[in-house]
Amino acid sequence: MATTKKSPPPADDPALVAAFEARIAAGESIEPKDWMPERYRKQLTRMMAQHAHSEIVGMLPEGNWITRAPSLRRKLSLIAKVQDEAGHGLYIYCGTETLGVERDELVAQLHDGTAKYSSIFNYPTLSWADMGVIGWFVDGAAIVNQTVLAKASYGPYARAMVRICKEENFHKRQGYEICATLAKGTPSQRAMLQDAIDRFWWPSLMMFGPSDKDSPNSAELLKWRVKRKTNDELRQRFVNLTVPQAQAIGVTLPDPDLTYNPETKNWDFGEIDWDEFWQVVGGNGPCNKERLAARNAAHDEGAWVREAALAHAAKQRRGTEAA
Amino acid sequence: MAARAKGAPKRAAATDGAAAEAAWPLWEVFTQGDQGKPFEHAGSLHATDAEHAMQNARDVYARRGEAVNLWVVPSSAIIASAPGDAGPFFDPGNDKAYRHPQFYKVPQGVRVF
Repeated sequence: MATTKKSPPPADDPALVAAFEARIAAGESIEPKDWMPERYRKQLTRMMAQHAHSEIVGMLPEGNWITRAPSLRRKLSLIAKVQDEAGHGLYIYCGTETLGVERDELVAQLHDGTAKYSSIFNYPTLSWADMGVIGWFVDGAAIVNQTVLAKASYGPYARAMVRICKEENFHKRQGYEICATLAKGTPSQRAMLQDAIDRFWWPSLMMFGPSDKDSPNSAELLKWRVKRKTNDELRQRFVNLTVPQAQAIGVTLPDPDLTYNPETKNWDFGEIDWDEFWQVVGGNGPCNKERLAARNAAHDEGAWVREAALAHAAKQRRGTEAA
Repeated sequence: MAARAKGAPKRAAATDGAAAEAAWPLWEVFTQGDQGKPFEHAGSLHATDAEHAMQNARDVYARRGEAVNLWVVPSSAIIASAPGDAGPFFDPGNDKAYRHPQFYKVPQGVRVF
């Protein structure tokens, strides 16, 4: 057990900060043992931990439908996708650990509600069509985000993103395939799909975070190339990519203001309900409590597995020593 | 590589479950993408022993045929060079142009392999 108390972080040496920022400006990659400003370490830890938590909590809404997938093919895909999300969580937790924080500490913060995760996972998954729309919108939005994060200045984070992006492509395509299939289905299947789109469109746009003018962390993260594009830029890119995909399968995105702007070559969209966003971030979304309760239950109920694994390892060691 | 930052806080675990998890050592995973290719660092993971680490490494880092072989190494066994000393440490290799073929002149028009 650690007995030393955490001393307040020493003020960063301006010369070291200048050298660090010069490296960032030159496009160099920062590695775990390199010197970095305390604030960079802190911001990265917060951002990476939130990202890892999102992968883990993201398993819950989809896990909800594994037993009810409409065919074996769909069930296999969904299981593989949910397993991938667990893997993604692990890649990013490992990356976060290189910043000097222990995984169990991060997990404890998730479980006691002090850490944040993506607000999208606090919405319920009410129908099978939600599995399609989550893959299409939520994983699609994640790809837009993560493709840029793959060029982030922190090496372990960037490398985890490269790996994750490759896998998310399968997630998005399997989701879009579900949507395209339902779109060609019976009237009630089409209605189910449209209902899922209507529920998930706006929360998906909120995934990119607050508007640039209300995003206090953005400037610093951009300066240090933890982020390479602003929330609003990424959101616009997602809208531009998604509109033609919606048109291709003949579904409607629930925004009467959605219009193509020939000057900017962007799809202009309506005002996001930021009150709803802050409500959900603040813990008052439809499923916040349910998600945390499920995570805590899974962790507690798995305690005996972790203990058994340790006991088994100890027994094996004793066996080796005795031989 | 999951080399810890200096002065990383080691905190006491919050709950019993977390205590068990905290006791799982960290391992570095290296994957060989194909026969004859070099092993590359893929990432790290927590596991109770080598066998457990190997199984977790397969499930976490080789779900899509990314590896034909795996190495798992206790992270504590890795000795890494210090970035702060990179200049003087690698200097002996940096100023010896004569170790490169481009250093040597070849008569014009001659193709040297």
